[in-house]
Amino acid sequence: MDFGFTEDQTLLQQTVRDFLAGECTAESVRALWETDTGRSRELWAKLAEIGLPALLVPEEHGGLGLDERDLALVLEETGRFALAEPIVATAAVAVPTLRALADQGRADFAGTWLPRIAAGEAIVAVGHVESPLVADAHVADLMLLPRGDALYAVDPANAKCVAQPANDQSQRLFSVEWSPDAATRVASDDTGRRLQAEMLDRGAFGCAAQLLGVTDQLIDMGALYATQRKQFGVAIGTFQAVKHRLANAKVDLEYARSVVHRAAHSVALAAPTRSADVSMAKSLIGEAARFAAGESLQVHGAIGYTYEQDLHVWMKRAWSLDLAFGSGAWHRARVGDALIDDALPAESFGYQPPGV
Amino acid sequence: MELTYTAEQEAFRKEARTWLEANVPAEPLASFDTPEGFEAHREWEKKLHAGGFAMVPWPVEYGGRGADLLEWLIFEEEYYRASAPGRVNQNGIFLLGPTIMEYGTAEQKARFLPKMASSEEVWAQGWSEPNAGSDMAAIQTTAIRDGDEYVINGQKTWASRGAYAHWLFGLFRTDPESTRHHGLTFVLVPLDTPGVTVRPIEKINGKKAFAEVFFDDARVPVENRLGDEGAGWGVAMATAGFERGLMLRSPARFQSTARRLVELYRRTVAEGGFVDPALRDRVTKCWIRAEAYALNTYQTVSRLLTGGKIGAEASLNKIFWSELDIEMHTVALALLDGRGELLPGAPAGGDVGDWLDGYIFALAGPIYAGTNEIQRNIIAERILGLPRK
Repeated sequence: MDFGFTEDQTLLQQTVRDFLAGECTAESVRALWETDTGRSRELWAKLAEIGLPALLVPEEHGGLGLDERDLALVLEETGRFALAEPIVATAAVAVPTLRALADQGRADFAGTWLPRIAAGEAIVAVGHVESPLVADAHVADLMLLPRGDALYAVDPANAKCVAQPANDQSQRLFSVEWSPDAATRVASDDTGRRLQAEMLDRGAFGCAAQLLGVTDQLIDMGALYATQRKQFGVAIGTFQAVKHRLANAKVDLEYARSVVHRAAHSVALAAPTRSADVSMAKSLIGEAARFAAGESLQVHGAIGYTYEQDLHVWMKRAWSLDLAFGSGAWHRARVGDALIDDALPAESFGYQPPGV
Repeated sequence: MELTYTAEQEAFRKEARTWLEANVPAEPLASFDTPEGFEAHREWEKKLHAGGFAMVPWPVEYGGRGADLLEWLIFEEEYYRASAPGRVNQNGIFLLGPTIMEYGTAEQKARFLPKMASSEEVWAQGWSEPNAGSDMAAIQTTAIRDGDEYVINGQKTWASRGAYAHWLFGLFRTDPESTRHHGLTFVLVPLDTPGVTVRPIEKINGKKAFAEVFFDDARVPVENRLGDEGAGWGVAMATAGFERGLMLRSPARFQSTARRLVELYRRTVAEGGFVDPALRDRVTKCWIRAEAYALNTYQTVSRLLTGGKIGAEASLNKIFWSELDIEMHTVALALLDGRGELLPGAPAGGDVGDWLDGYIFALAGPIYAGTNEIQRNIIAERILGLPRK
């Protein structure tokens, strides 16, 4: 039983944090909002240089051969800095899906894409069963899209993508019209269903891990502001009414954190309880993030409500990531189905109730 | 990160399960806040002690089995799985015990820990006073040195288990000129000392769960001091850390309640009576939060086993479990609907069980061990770095 991270894992986290502190500032995130694509190939290339898209790519394809336990802290940092690039879809969903396809007799197909992803030369957009929209279809080199029980590898050139403007300008959502055919079908039936379910869980885990960083940042911004802003001659952070809002947000964050880390473990090791574990994580951290956004806004007061102040960059991340890859409410309902209707395997951690 | 148990840990779980299944009383004991229930719980503790399970993480010489914190969590999981009786001496074994282990002399360890482990001596807490609640540094009760003795005068209140306990531990002002957290000393007081008067206080369900304790020239030997004279605040903070942190409320307690809540929900729906549709989501969330508490505890234990310390994070724990406990019992009573009002013995009570009793117990959670408002101040100031003034 070891519920901690290794020195290598925390070192990697620090590397990513240092990198993003320089390359992904609030200013640069907002500058990208004003561009057509909202994405930067230059930034993506730099992310590839420090190995981000390659983390889960097997070593024989030029990757680092790591798993979600290594990815968790890295994704947390991408949330802390509100990185808009499609790192979850490409690194946390597409790569393991391609690995799974390689195991299902699609080694050539996977072998074409995995080295390109590792090198930062390919971005993959993914669809999933809980949303009709596909994020980042406009910059994708490949789309992995579900239809019925099957999974298709779609060339964006053969699809019609219509932008669906969203509240979080860091998100770029599209409806995608495309025609499934045998040539692009990469998995079907049981395998297709299994991969679709895995993609949803992997994406939800990825967003949950990012939300840890988003939430932490929202609380930090509130705490910093409460320390600097003076009213009645004192810092507003001396008032209990202000302190307690941020303390409550911190409580919710820390308990969600352990659940997200456990989800990383369950995804990495394909635990039978993976789906319920991911859903617990996604619902808890999504709610914690929304709560922190509201409390931090209230602590900021009117300045936090302005477009000029950066708080809304993270508030919008909290809201959009809570909805991505299945909303928190959807995931909580799925846990309820597991628990009450035995729809999915769900177990208590450690504790075994009588009769089990 | 590897979330599996070793073969030794699994074997320990099996051993604990087997013993508990063979020994846990078939019928629940009377409340330990009644005279007969108090004695019945001490009998149970004696049995637990004889079986070697009274305090598994303590060293063998003090009545434990030298287990690590993971094994302690496993034991607690089995304890709640077996619906074993509440721990009447929790003030002693979970709070004072670890404090004596850290601050006590060899003589004090030998004198107090074995009898604590067996519950031959049951302990009450003596922190609060009529004018020192959340503001504990306002303590006024004095313990003035007179030769080899301290002479205690004043009053403690809200002493949990005080009605029937044998000993009390608490903070006393040994320097009458001192203010705030200076000049306080941690002293252990036998409650049968001449000059000590215990007046039980009934909680809202009429049970004598705590007491006022009056001191009128009560004399205790200087050997009963834990830590240095005047250094009591630091010793008390360590005890409070145990209380808010790991020891007092292990996760299995809440996981077992959450599981019973799920069963109650299923049963209530199956019976076809009225069920507020919003409750399904709340039941689910309770279960998720109980899991979150367990996972967080395992993560903390992992950190402690690799040399980490538990600090202000104990305040996060205390808020989380106390509010979860209230929510679980609130949801259960809402599921029971009209029956939620009935006491366990009521003929029409059905499976009303001890949810009401549990609810009343849970209501005290955000108040004792430092109110949740105080915990929020600690989190804001010591974890988030907000200014004190």
